[in-house]
Amino acid sequence: MKRCIVFLCALLPTTLLAAGDTTVIRNATVLTVTKGTFQGSILIRDGKIVEAGEKVLVPDGARVIDAGGQYVMPGIIDCHSHIAADSINEGAVAVSSMVGIEDVLNPDDPDIYRALAGGVTTANILHGSANPIGGKCQVIKTRWGKDAQGLIFEGAMPGIKFALGENVKRSGSPGGGFGASPGLRYPASRMGVEDVIREAFTEARAYQKEWRDYQAKLDRHEQAVPPRRDLKLEPLVEVLEGKRYVHAHCYRADEIMMLLHVADDFGFKIRTLQHVLEGYKVADEIAARGTGASTFSDWWAYKAEAFDAIPYNTALMVRKGVLVSVNSDSAELMRHLNTEAAKAMKYGGLNETEALSLVTINPAKQLGIEKQVGSIEPGKDADLTIYDQHPLSNYAKVTKVFIDGQLYFDRDKDLEERPGKEARKKALLDKLKAQDKKERKKPDAANDKDDKKGEEPGGGE
Amino acid sequence: MRTCLAVFLTVASVRAAGSEVILLRGATVHTVSGADIADGAVLMRDGKIAEVGTHIALPKGARVIELKGLHIYPGMIDSATEIGLTEIEAVREMSDISDIGLFKPQLRAATAVNPASEHIPVTRANGITSVITSPGGGIVAGQSVLMHLNGWTMEEMAIRAPAAMRLEFPRIRMPGRFGGAETPGRAGSSAYTDAKKKYEQQLSELNDFMESARRYRQAKAAAGPDFETDLKLEAMIPVLDGKLPMLIRAEKEKTIKEAIAWSDKQQVHMILERGAEAWKVAPELKAHNIPVVLPPTLRLPEEEDDPYDKPFSMPGELWKAGVKIAFASFGPGAEDNPRNLPYEAAAAVGFGLPKEEALKAVTLYPAQIWGVGDELGSIDKGKWADLIVTDGDPLETRTQIKQVFIKGAAVDLENKHHRLYEKYLIR
Repeated sequence: MKRCIVFLCALLPTTLLAAGDTTVIRNATVLTVTKGTFQGSILIRDGKIVEAGEKVLVPDGARVIDAGGQYVMPGIIDCHSHIAADSINEGAVAVSSMVGIEDVLNPDDPDIYRALAGGVTTANILHGSANPIGGKCQVIKTRWGKDAQGLIFEGAMPGIKFALGENVKRSGSPGGGFGASPGLRYPASRMGVEDVIREAFTEARAYQKEWRDYQAKLDRHEQAVPPRRDLKLEPLVEVLEGKRYVHAHCYRADEIMMLLHVADDFGFKIRTLQHVLEGYKVADEIAARGTGASTFSDWWAYKAEAFDAIPYNTALMVRKGVLVSVNSDSAELMRHLNTEAAKAMKYGGLNETEALSLVTINPAKQLGIEKQVGSIEPGKDADLTIYDQHPLSNYAKVTKVFIDGQLYFDRDKDLEERPGKEARKKALLDKLKAQDKKERKKPDAANDKDDKKGEEPGGGE
Repeated sequence: MRTCLAVFLTVASVRAAGSEVILLRGATVHTVSGADIADGAVLMRDGKIAEVGTHIALPKGARVIELKGLHIYPGMIDSATEIGLTEIEAVREMSDISDIGLFKPQLRAATAVNPASEHIPVTRANGITSVITSPGGGIVAGQSVLMHLNGWTMEEMAIRAPAAMRLEFPRIRMPGRFGGAETPGRAGSSAYTDAKKKYEQQLSELNDFMESARRYRQAKAAAGPDFETDLKLEAMIPVLDGKLPMLIRAEKEKTIKEAIAWSDKQQVHMILERGAEAWKVAPELKAHNIPVVLPPTLRLPEEEDDPYDKPFSMPGELWKAGVKIAFASFGPGAEDNPRNLPYEAAAAVGFGLPKEEALKAVTLYPAQIWGVGDELGSIDKGKWADLIVTDGDPLETRTQIKQVFIKGAAVDLENKHHRLYEKYLIR
């Protein structure tokens, strides 16, 4: 009886299976990442993974997706991305902790869909690297079709971007620099970078004390005037109190050590070193502090500070006990992080599970979301990517992606919808052309419009 | 005063070629041009492949390398790089890619390639044994070189110097954040009008330049011994004679179509470089027999509303249309590492390009495109012995490249990256 239902459901086109309470993905090679690999099924209910195993009973009424010959892995997590944001750098000041990506999320960025089609379900959207202390980060899920609020990964630890080295110094050199920087902006050297961070945390400590004193007075039932809120220092106090993670862009071993020492001195932790291309030189020091590393698989030589970058960086840091993830920092590279992870097998000999961990459970831990995502385990969000071949193969292609148990990407559906989209696009273009033609026939039409605009209050953009 | 200034390097030098006679045997030989040979053997002598087969008699004094369980493939060819012309992309002093001016056909990549570049051992360690290195910038950018990734000097490295004359076809360039996107802005805006005017002017300058070169060639043929040499125009003669192809960079449908029509009219042998929208022009490319040096497969779609997988499916679409294709890295750059060339090819396989064709498009097809189809690109008797030994499919990241031979000599796979790895592993 049950079997019969399963069979019938399997015949339904996948488009009908997009939403629903209970789904079973079966006959797949399941790469759980944390609990081994097996041939079996995954039961999803209300957006969560309920069960994953070789034998999973299919409940009555469950939607069944037959993934025979295919591979299911946890949705990929990119610990460093700049998609889905309208702006990235506030480079006019050396400390821009008052700004945040949350305020500029753009749910219409097609790179969200492209990342989704590359198997990515979660991404850490970071501020740029123009300044020693940058803006606040935002962890998102690639819920294409949802609004900005709908992208947000609820419950993820807040983060903030720091940056060291060449990008930061550039604003201090004539002719260089990100964003609007008509004049020179301190710092222009790695010494200055350290100073800016120390100055900022010295200020933050004083600000923290003001609030503590105020609170103490209140606790003693004394009269007290609250300190003025400082939106720049507030996030830094959160860093000091371990309530906000620092994701620090860095390259050279010396600047990595500098930042670790600054953090030691102020009593906070660097959650992840980003890029960290010379991390392999000081892997012991990074590991000793429990700091994570999120790196490129094999970028090198594109700037001076990347000249000692090596593709063995990932594996070497893993072997020395650092929690490592492989990130993209690129809307393109983001589409194939699975094979980026495979490079750590080639260069340094990680095994399959270690390689897959680099883009799943490890970045989940680095972002403090490992209880929700990053592996296929009961209780976790049903964020799953299905490939037609082993995801560590360069021939693998994503066929389906689930987020919170919902089918957000389906290659068959994408292909099916193309002719219709093409037709709609053509119709719109034809309409536009016809309109253009009409307007060209009436040369005064444009002027009329301008006149009318002027009459409206506040008219004229 | 008639000096012969056609500066073609003499290429046949065998000084870098292996002096040893080496017999590789016991491996699966993937000839690429024909069927795979199980338990096959390859004999290398004087830098060339002397024999390929199953049972090859061991010549006296030959060194035997047993490769049981391993695979032999032809070395891969990257059809667009700047290897040797740039060491660190962002450091101006370390770049010799481009020079001042719009028409610079006399500039030769071959003279500025640094044979000691760290990129060379890093790249060949992943099985890429030869590359095209091209100058850039301006309109006629200069002469590309096809070279082996091994040798003390360019004389030892060069396979074809020049291999092509590189042309960046004029296009409407709107001022943009990174020096100009190719997409035209709103028609009618003043920035657009300016950009269009500039493009039209460049096109006309290009045509004038071709005309000057043609007249120069005519004058030279008719002139006496006191004919005055013009280095720029002299450099164009092999192009006009049909001896040197023009590698023409064009991305958008419109630019590609214009470039095709232009090369038709100018009667130059065109190779399309990049051609991100070549899929829209496939029948024309086929009809004109124009090969394509593909843009990176691993790139974003050109337009917001292009299918997400258009870059992945384009190689297969061109192949189906009968267009000859070659993959290229366009590196070194941050995301574009020439060593990742095989993965650009593999990425097209799931989207319509057969696996065998993907392999050919990094070996035999580029050799054919660069006019060395009988010297390189497959494991056949008489070709350069540029071979790689692997433990599997070289288009897969997880495959290890075990040995590399260039011109019949075993090449050291050690490189900067591995040296640093070993150094810090024991820290």
